[in-house]
Amino acid sequence: MSYRVVHYINQFFANIGGEEMAHVAPELREGFVGPGMAFNQAWKGEAEIVKTIVCGDSYYAEHEKEAKAQILEWVKAEKPDIFIAGPAFNAGRYGYACANVALAVKEELGIPVLTGMYVENPGADLKNKVLIYETANSAAGMRKAAPGMAKLALKLMKGEEIGASCQEGYMPNGIRKNFFEKERGSKRAVDMLLKKLNGEHFVTEYPMPSFDRVAPNPAIKDLSKATIALCTSGGIVPKGNPDHIESSSASHYGEYSLDGFDKLSSADHETAHGGYDPVYANEDPNRVLPVDVMREFEREGKIGKLHNLYYATVGNGTAVASAKAFAAEYAQKLKKAGVDAVIMTST
Amino acid sequence: MVKEIERAGIPVVHMCTVTPISMTVGANRIVPTIAIPHPLGNPSLSHDEEYALRKKLVNRALEALTTEVTEQTIFEV
Repeated sequence: MSYRVVHYINQFFANIGGEEMAHVAPELREGFVGPGMAFNQAWKGEAEIVKTIVCGDSYYAEHEKEAKAQILEWVKAEKPDIFIAGPAFNAGRYGYACANVALAVKEELGIPVLTGMYVENPGADLKNKVLIYETANSAAGMRKAAPGMAKLALKLMKGEEIGASCQEGYMPNGIRKNFFEKERGSKRAVDMLLKKLNGEHFVTEYPMPSFDRVAPNPAIKDLSKATIALCTSGGIVPKGNPDHIESSSASHYGEYSLDGFDKLSSADHETAHGGYDPVYANEDPNRVLPVDVMREFEREGKIGKLHNLYYATVGNGTAVASAKAFAAEYAQKLKKAGVDAVIMTST
Repeated sequence: MVKEIERAGIPVVHMCTVTPISMTVGANRIVPTIAIPHPLGNPSLSHDEEYALRKKLVNRALEALTTEVTEQTIFEV
């Protein structure tokens, strides 16, 4: 008898559709769907996907409680030997759903879980709580990820001991195990130092934790004298996208004037974002960049003024390093322009 | 991006639907919004109702900007 697996995937990998179908509610299917085939092949009959749960990424993000409850009910009824979610690569909402569903299955049903994604995926925030296999940042990495995840999953199903993260391919989860090294510490340290001096590659035994948190700035004292700027990762650009900001993995941001705009409209603005259904933002871009309301507040004197420039990019699979560089640059422009506060909107 | 704006010394409020992601990226002032494809709107409402909803949300964002915080804070609407 082979081990039984329940697999969780999103609407895209189930071939239901892209963003326009991201609203679909959870659905239970028999056997494997889409990427599940690669797992089944790798297990060669030792384990098999018995059920696949498909859920739209936006549905999960917007109805997390209901989706989770439904998924838990299905998994509970199936009593699998493992629950696998994804891999999600660099898809943010999908990765978030995979990690959180897996955590719920582990904590509430006590079933072993495994998910997979790219290290910068927001879902990877849970890497100390659920086992997350590290993948490439796009679905092109499936060929490499599937056998690795399948192998690790089989070990979990068999209850075998899991090796170190660097051997098994999962993200370091903060768990340390004692073992005896072949060489003593002083020799390893000198070897490492020599490699460093020679400019050779070396691997530290104690990586420094990275805490990148910025303390909050003081609040605005008097709104009626404040200049407030709007920024967005939701891709709102002048109609025609004059700077050709990419619909995903944006390589730049845009700086656009709001002079003469009492509000945004479908005649003059649109979204360049390829990671959510653009119908609503294109119909009324104020739904993402609230220029109309800010103008009213400006007229009323509630705020001093709305800054005459806004900054926009597309936050869809965009590298964290790129987003950081964009904002570090335009923040200086905002500062020079005397902007007192920023409202950033995200989709 | 919010973190870089904050780092430059400008207070910033993040308006977004998936607030856990905002917590992960390190926003300090967060206002939850309506839905991913229309954070500051709701197409199922009438035009006036939708505008009132947007006004309420942006107003909350301004309240967040005028409130001192010492740690990551979600300003429920």
